Formats: sequence, C-alpha cells, structure tokens
Amino acid sequence: MARTAPSGERVLQGVVGAVGVAAAAYGGLLLLDLDGPDLLDALLWLAGGVVLHDAVVAPLTVLATLALRRVLPSRTWTAVTVGLVVLLTVTATAVPVLGRFGARPDNPTLLDRDYTSGWLLLAGVVVVGTLVWSLRARGRVRGAGGAAGPASRRSSPPPR
Amino acid sequence: MRLPVPRDTSFTSPLRDERLTARLGVWLGACFGLCFLTGLVSHWYYLPDPWFLPPTRPVWGYRLTQGLHVLSGIAAIPLLLVKLWSVYPRLFAGLPRGGVRALLLSGLERLSIAVLVAASVFQLVVGLANSAQWYPWAFSFRATHYAGAWIAIGALVLHVAVKLPVIRRAFGSPVDTDLPERAGPGRRTVLGAALLAAGVAVLANAGGTVPLLRRVSVLAVRTGEGPQGVPVNKSAAAAGVEESARDTGYRLTVTGPDGEVSLSRDELAGLEQHTSELPIACVEGWSAGATWSGVRLAELLDRVGAPQDAQVRVVSLQESGSFRSTVLPPAFARDDLTLLALRLHGEDLDLDHGFPCRLIAPNRPGVMQTKWVSRVEVV
Repeated sequence: MARTAPSGERVLQGVVGAVGVAAAAYGGLLLLDLDGPDLLDALLWLAGGVVLHDAVVAPLTVLATLALRRVLPSRTWTAVTVGLVVLLTVTATAVPVLGRFGARPDNPTLLDRDYTSGWLLLAGVVVVGTLVWSLRARGRVRGAGGAAGPASRRSSPPPR
Repeated sequence: MRLPVPRDTSFTSPLRDERLTARLGVWLGACFGLCFLTGLVSHWYYLPDPWFLPPTRPVWGYRLTQGLHVLSGIAAIPLLLVKLWSVYPRLFAGLPRGGVRALLLSGLERLSIAVLVAASVFQLVVGLANSAQWYPWAFSFRATHYAGAWIAIGALVLHVAVKLPVIRRAFGSPVDTDLPERAGPGRRTVLGAALLAAGVAVLANAGGTVPLLRRVSVLAVRTGEGPQGVPVNKSAAAAGVEESARDTGYRLTVTGPDGEVSLSRDELAGLEQHTSELPIACVEGWSAGATWSGVRLAELLDRVGAPQDAQVRVVSLQESGSFRSTVLPPAFARDDLTLLALRLHGEDLDLDHGFPCRLIAPNRPGVMQTKWVSRVEVV
C-alpha cells in the first residue's frame, strides 16, 4: 500500500511524522529533567499502565466476552455489549471517587456525594436499558436478511 | 501443560477492523487535541516568564478551558479503552518478512505504539486521580503531566502520520463494510457504544463545573456546595493558618516605592468597597461563579506609589506550600475587577475561603487566587 501511495502523501507523512517525533522528544527531555527518584517513579507508572491494560484488562475482556457468548442467547448480545461498554468504561472513570482515596477530614466539600448510590443508580439505568433492549430484540439477527429465527449460539464468523 | 500463546489470527471477531479503529481514533484524537491545548493554556499560567501573558478577559476563560481539559480527558477514557480493544490482536502479530529493513521499520513502529499507549494511559490515569485529589505517586504531578502531554501528543501525531494510508482506506467505505452476517452488534453499534459511554462519563462528571448538571453528575468530585455556596480546595486547617488568620492582631502589609502601609481588617473594611462577579476555577476542573466584595488591589497599590507596570506579589499567611504566594502581572494587578476580597455572597469570608482577606482576579487558576493574604509587595 505504502509503495503505491502518491508521493504527495509520502511527503505529508514525513513532515507530520517529524513534527510528532520532535514533540515526543521534547516531552522525553522534560521527563528526563525530573529528579532521579521522581523519574523512576514516573517510568514505573508509564510502564505499569501498559502492563495493566495488555496483561490484565484486555485478556479479562476477551475471556469475559467468550464466557458471555456461551451463557447469553445471541439476541441479547448487541444490547449487552452496549450496556457493558457503557457501564464498565464509565466505572473506570469513577474509580477515584468510588474509592474516596483523596478524601480529607478537614474538607467536607471534596468528594461530598454518596458515590456508591450514584453508581448503583447509573448501573440500574444501564441494566434496565439493556434488559428492555434485549427483550425487544426478539431474536432478530443484525443485517438485511436478518429475520432468521433461532440465531446460532456459537456463530463463528468466517475468517477475514 | 503449555499455555497456548495467542497469535493475531487467534482473534476472530470481524468487529476488530481498521474501519472501526480509524473512526474511534478520530474521536479520541479530537479529545486528546482539546485536552492538550487546554492543558497548554493552564500550563501557561505557571510559566515564570512567558513570551506573552495570559489575558484578563474573558473572566471565565480559565473556567472554560480547565473544565474542557478535565472533561475531554474523562471522555477519552472510554474511547481509549474501546480503541485499544479494537487493535489488541496486533500485539500478538508475528515478525514481518522482508529482511532487516522491514524488521527495523516494524520494530520502530511498535516502539512508537508502546510509547503512545504508555503515555496515553498514564496521562488519563494520573489526570483523573489528580482531579479527585488522589496522589498515589511520588513524582511531581505538574512537571510529569506536562512532560507526558508532549510525549502523548507527539506519539499520536507520529501515529497518525504512519497510519495515514490506512486511515484514508478505512474512511473509503462505510464502517460495517465486509462484516459477515452474524448475531450480535455491528461495528457501528460498537462505535456508538463508545461514544455513548464517553457522553455518559462527561454528564456524570460535568456538574462540578456546569451548575445545571449538578443533579445528574452522580460521579462528580464535588457537588458545588460548600461554605457560602462555594467549594473549598485547601482548608484553613490544611494550610495551617487557623490561628494566624483569626488573630485579632492581623495586619495586611502593602509595600512599594513610597514605603509600607499596614492595615487591620477593620481598616480594610473602611476603605471604598467594590463588588466583582468572578468565578473561582480550579485546576482540578471544578468551578463556581461567585460575588465577591472588598478593596480594589489597584487602590492599595496607589497608596504605596506602585508604578502602573509593576508586577505584584501576593503572599499568604500560610507558611509553606508551593502556592503560598503568587505573582500578578500588571494587567491583572491593575484590573478594576481584581480585589482583595473581604466578603463572599454578602457575608464575611469563611475561614476556609481565605478570611481575613483573599485575592480574587479575573481569568486565573484558583490556586493563584491567594487566600489568607498577609502581604502585597511590588516586585
């Protein structure tokens, strides 16, 4: 693909890429300006995020997806996918408030909600929405000719 | 027994496709771009000697940019997670054929992706934790978040350059093209789910800066309530000023070329009082509009013969901490709206809001609106 790309595009790629490398290198230099212990800690956190995602979050997502496909009827898959994407990713944004890690006894204006109740409310809305959508789906299969009745529970798609 | 090692071909979902990844990437890139630019605006205020100074108008400028900074970062979290899901199999791709050059190029691209993912996850995680005043690390937040921002945006720009032909191709056909008929969601639905999640995350958090959303923002770090209807970032107890701020012997000292003026709180209250409607907008992303009244800083500066173009340092009773003093550029120091406020919403300032008096100036980060002011000096 790249070999057939028009030369104008190659030039654009080169210029934009060089700008990116320069900006990232500047950030790298700023990072190296940190004191030794700070730099080490920052590098651990930088690497930790990748490891946490690639070795924990992503494999668990794959395993959970496989398990849910075995357990749930296929007509619910669309609704459950949307429900779980919303619930799990929004929950990820709520970890600091659900844990109340930054709470301080001298400042009642900080973390001043009942986050557990708030999260349960959100989860309830998502669960009800997912249930209603699943029940309305009535075994329809996505796609133009998708009026087919019993959707296969183990639909293994053809390889790309 | 050996654990099976997956290859990229072990992942069979046709949803994971460049057409979906590219579309998620555009939304994620927009969030990162907005987050980066608004972050630069915030960083600007911390520069000791910038090429040009932040403006004093609009008075709600920092409220807007920092609210957008935190909310665009929060919106990016669901988008990043779904985008990483869409490309996860590529982590297991084999080495390319085609000799040393192909290996080198592939290695460099993988390195750039590793840097991009590391910096992106890092920025979002530490930014999110900081917005909830949670600091489970040892490094300096501001310096590290700033360095990480350049690494993330640089690696992102490089990534876009490398993927330009793929992006072009991906947008050349509708997102669900070549999707085999099967049960479950299509790619368009997954894209919609990611955008819905980003929207829900924003709504669940925006109440800290958009008062209309307070009731729906069940995950916001602050309700917006507080003494005199305004939240507090640092309490008098945390600043260690509970005694010194209540001391009846309190004096505000103003120094300039013509000497020094020392004023008790009653004397300050006896000077001409002015009222300013100004938001307090914090770097953590929350903000609140408020009505402040007190003495114009410019009038105090005139009493000590401060030149019009003088920078002014405002010092707190607080004895330590990086924000115990702040330097106001001349345009801020001389602005008619800039007050040493004695009152908030018609009442004497709460101790946690900076009693006996605090600085409030237009379009500035909250940490630079010094509380418990003890000295004003011409720099």
